[in-house]
Amino acid sequence: MSSLRQPVIHLKGVQFGWKPGTVVLDIPELLVNQGEKVFIRGPSGSGKTTLLGLLGGVLTPVAGDVSVLGNDIGCFSSARRDHFRADHIGFIFQMFNLIPYLSVIENVTLPLGFARKRRENVQSMGADAGQEAIRLLNHLELTDTQLLQRPVTELSIGQQQRVAAARALIGRPELVIADEPTSALDSDTREAFIRLLFAECEAAGSTLVFVSHDSALESLFDRSVALNEINRASQHRPLSAEASEVV
Amino acid sequence: MSILHLAVKSLSNRKTTALLTIFSIAISVALLLGVERVRVEARNSFTSTVSGTDLVVGARSSSLNLLLYSVFHIGNATNNITWETYQDLSSNRAVAWTIPIALGDSHQGYRVVGTTQTMFEHFRFGDDQPIRFRNGKPFDDLYDAVIGSEVAAVLGYQVGQEVVLSHGVESRALQEHQDKPFRVAGVLTPTGTPMDRVIMISLEGIEALHIDWVNGAAPNALFSVSADRARAMDLQPSSITAYFVGLKSRVAAFRYQRDVNDYRQEALTAILPGVALGELWQLVGSAEKALLAVSVMVVIAGLVGMLTTILTSLNERRREMAILRSVGARPGHIFTLMITESLIYAITGTLLGFVMMYGMLFAIQPVLQMHLGLHITIAMPGLFELLLAGAIVVAATILGAVPAWRAYKNSLADGLTVRL
Repeated sequence: MSSLRQPVIHLKGVQFGWKPGTVVLDIPELLVNQGEKVFIRGPSGSGKTTLLGLLGGVLTPVAGDVSVLGNDIGCFSSARRDHFRADHIGFIFQMFNLIPYLSVIENVTLPLGFARKRRENVQSMGADAGQEAIRLLNHLELTDTQLLQRPVTELSIGQQQRVAAARALIGRPELVIADEPTSALDSDTREAFIRLLFAECEAAGSTLVFVSHDSALESLFDRSVALNEINRASQHRPLSAEASEVV
Repeated sequence: MSILHLAVKSLSNRKTTALLTIFSIAISVALLLGVERVRVEARNSFTSTVSGTDLVVGARSSSLNLLLYSVFHIGNATNNITWETYQDLSSNRAVAWTIPIALGDSHQGYRVVGTTQTMFEHFRFGDDQPIRFRNGKPFDDLYDAVIGSEVAAVLGYQVGQEVVLSHGVESRALQEHQDKPFRVAGVLTPTGTPMDRVIMISLEGIEALHIDWVNGAAPNALFSVSADRARAMDLQPSSITAYFVGLKSRVAAFRYQRDVNDYRQEALTAILPGVALGELWQLVGSAEKALLAVSVMVVIAGLVGMLTTILTSLNERRREMAILRSVGARPGHIFTLMITESLIYAITGTLLGFVMMYGMLFAIQPVLQMHLGLHITIAMPGLFELLLAGAIVVAATILGAVPAWRAYKNSLADGLTVRL
């Protein structure tokens, strides 16, 4: 975090295909710098899921380098990629991405059980996991203590997404990846949610990669990238893009 | 949050199925443990139908036959032992005591055993238990009888009751010893042995019953001897059916056995009752093994039920797994989570099974003791029970590896994709 413009994500010549000979993703270059809030516009079928899989270290590229925080995670063993993801990346998904049988606080603190680095980050702030969760939830305007006691399934979708955001942010991961987190929200809450997310990413010093098909939100971000434009896979085979959505 | 905590939370979210699964494992475990306990106790009880007796002596026959008629009162003796022989052999220096028995009569299907007071002094069964009286006392008068607990319960007899004995042991067409009725002097406590089904009278009583009989036939009115007249006559028995021997030292058992088997004047057999009972249990005890096999099957069914429950839940939990993966859980964590779940099922199920078994034992122990005389000791789980519990948990873990492996593969394939 010392230098301001350190690359957080650097994709170089990355190709990926589910089967040999097919290419669903071919990105010559994608660079996201530290502290940036980048909007990646990807309609369905543009290879969005595949891109997130590569960034999360669940998939490994067929060719090219996937560098996250200066580490070529494509070279890591799968166990090391898992550790790396747990320690450095927070995810927010579309909807229903809370564990239904855990309380709000338990959901938020869940990553700390798997990521030692994020646990240490919380400790170094002089807070315990529960306090940090409450702090984050308060910042995301979930202040009602009554609400925090209730099962997560009783929360509204907007509230659930804010809990998911708190979970992604706890322990200050360097990178937060949000995959269509607002698709289930109406337009008013959508913008409010994004502003809260921005504020928290800034406070935590996290870089935000926001993937969505909804270009209405684009203007709020530092920078916008159209996945269609950087992904040359369609030039290989026009139909191959379909595959990424199916799998 | 630990994996264990997560597994417990996840299970409590599926309370109904989880509890039912645990319950079915518990029932199967309780059944297995209960069957095992009863099996051990039944064997112990059976093989200690006679205890403290070093040898049983009867006319020459197979040891099994001798055991059956002398101890279980099943079947008939091939021959009798003459009184002289009995006197001779029981005065052997190695002998501490003997209990003679004379069989041949019955009452309502229950065997009459002619014996002496030594029966009440020296006979032992089970864990060195003597014969005890629920009511009354040992026979004293010539026409006194002592009845076993089952006889008393089934026929509704009490002390003071008059009993007419029958000649022979066949269930039909018996000749009654109507002229010499007996009076119940004592009722025994349940023993769980054939002693519950006997009517004991003195050897002299047996003799008195048959004093006017000639060649096994009832006397006609002319020659019959009345009960009172019989009292005045010489009632020294001429023979007995068998006798139980207690030796001064157990070491002498084999020598005394040889002395009896080689006895020149009469063809006799002496058996070690413990050994013969063990052999008999080998024959009748195969049912216990079948029972045990069935309960093992029930445990397997319980565990397969658990496997089914977990496998069925896997699909609906794919989302849960993907969320866990996205917050940093590795596939290994998913595997551990699923295995932990199986372990929770198995361990709580087994523990509950133990609780149910002990509860059941405490509930039925007095009933068994009172009605069957079968004493079941309630002890801490023994090595076998602990091994059994261990085996169940190990089996559950092995079975649990199946869904755990599937979840592991699923989570690798699904990655972080949360499907709707």
